[in-house]
Amino acid sequence: MILRRLPTSVLGVLGLLAVILLWHLVTAAGLVSKAFLPAPAATVDALVWGLGKGDLKGQLAATTLRMLNGWLLASIGAIALGSLIGISQTARAYLRPSLAFARSLPASAVIPIAISLVGLGPSMVLGVVVFGSVWPTLLATVQGFANVEPRLKDVAQVLRLSHLAYVGKIGLPNAVPDILAGMRLSLTVALILAVIGEMLSGQEGLGSAILLAARAFRAADLYAGLVLLGLVGLLSSYGLIWVERRLTRWRQAALR
Amino acid sequence: MKGWRGVIVPVVLLAPAEIVFRVRGGQSDSLAPPSRAIAALLSILWDGSLVVGSAQTLGTLLAGLALGSLAGLAAGIALGSSELLRRMTFLTIEMLRPIPSVALLPLSLLIFGFGYRMEIAVIAFATFWPSLILTQSAVLQIEPRLTEVARLLRLSRWQTAAKIILPAAAPRLTTALRLAAGLALVVAVTAEIVSNPQGLGHDLMIAQETLRPERMFAVLFWVGLIGWGNNAALLRLERWLFAHRGDVDTGIAT
Repeated sequence: MILRRLPTSVLGVLGLLAVILLWHLVTAAGLVSKAFLPAPAATVDALVWGLGKGDLKGQLAATTLRMLNGWLLASIGAIALGSLIGISQTARAYLRPSLAFARSLPASAVIPIAISLVGLGPSMVLGVVVFGSVWPTLLATVQGFANVEPRLKDVAQVLRLSHLAYVGKIGLPNAVPDILAGMRLSLTVALILAVIGEMLSGQEGLGSAILLAARAFRAADLYAGLVLLGLVGLLSSYGLIWVERRLTRWRQAALR
Repeated sequence: MKGWRGVIVPVVLLAPAEIVFRVRGGQSDSLAPPSRAIAALLSILWDGSLVVGSAQTLGTLLAGLALGSLAGLAAGIALGSSELLRRMTFLTIEMLRPIPSVALLPLSLLIFGFGYRMEIAVIAFATFWPSLILTQSAVLQIEPRLTEVARLLRLSRWQTAAKIILPAAAPRLTTALRLAAGLALVVAVTAEIVSNPQGLGHDLMIAQETLRPERMFAVLFWVGLIGWGNNAALLRLERWLFAHRGDVDTGIAT
């Protein structure tokens, strides 16, 4: 078959085009109400208009900033705290069960508490984003420290490295792949919580934009918001994969 | 087992909270001492409201999880066994997968209205992707000799899926199910907090809006307990089912 010989990228684009064509045909034939599923062209129009003249650009920036700010704060805190817990085996034994419990708690469930403590402001949303996206990185950091090769620990003891030097020279470099994997997970969580926070508090952003579009039955605007959110998620996760490759290059070279 | 060491930290953290409340006295609209949260938990357990909420949440969770992971399983097997299909769909999947499932809540509300169906739809969407991706990779990691055997025996597609692929991929598939179940609980509670007036998430929201912090913390603790118990139970099931194969990952999520 000719299809098989095509490069994967071309095949992927063809597949995507086929899906969009199917979407177009379904809406053109009127199989699904336009209130639920606008035509692809209408969605693109809404997207272009919103990014050019409408509020979509500002909302996109607001949500992205919220996600990145919360994620960065959470990552710094998580790596610091994770290193502290990670160096001591005793601390790990005492804290792991509590961490496992906190992690299995749906982060959105703390939103009611955050609202009653801080109110419906931007700091509430940021706080929830930070709280939720701390866990994956924190647990990954602890995990990375726990998996340090025992011989390296012996080396550290022989060299009489201080705790700080151990963290900087052995612990953290060793935990980098785990930490980055955790941070990738944290970033997805941060985006989700930013959207939920905006929906509940009415702060500016794509979350509230989608909610308002749905309430006003502006389906094309709703889908435009969804497309943008998908793109933010896609680009941020690919960006991190790229960083991950660069940062762990030394490791792959060493393993070779 | 040194399980007792894990209990110390929460006790040490909660005891001062209790003492501060006892010493300061008075009422708070946003915080409650642990003792009153425990009392509230017992009282909502006793009057059955927690049971009703849990049943609603877990019922929708199970329905959504079943829909999403079965669809993901079927699609994952199809993609795992056909390279052409895999190459044609990867871009579409990469575009759809990062859409946060909670962003679909307004749309789902628009289509289905309040109730079980809107929540089930969003849970199914959320759990479909991890199930699809993990099934696909599980199928791809099957020993090639097994698929050769299938071809040699001239098994039909259905027979290959049922007799070769599913048993060989089973350990990884249960891991996928455990991860999807955790995700489903998060999405269910979130849907109830954001828009759907039923279940534990809605109980949380009502407790906040009626300024009953002790009740809020009680439900929060309960939700955490469900999530933790859920994960622990599925992990144990996994180990018990596949202990002899020794290829189950240890479940320390990274």
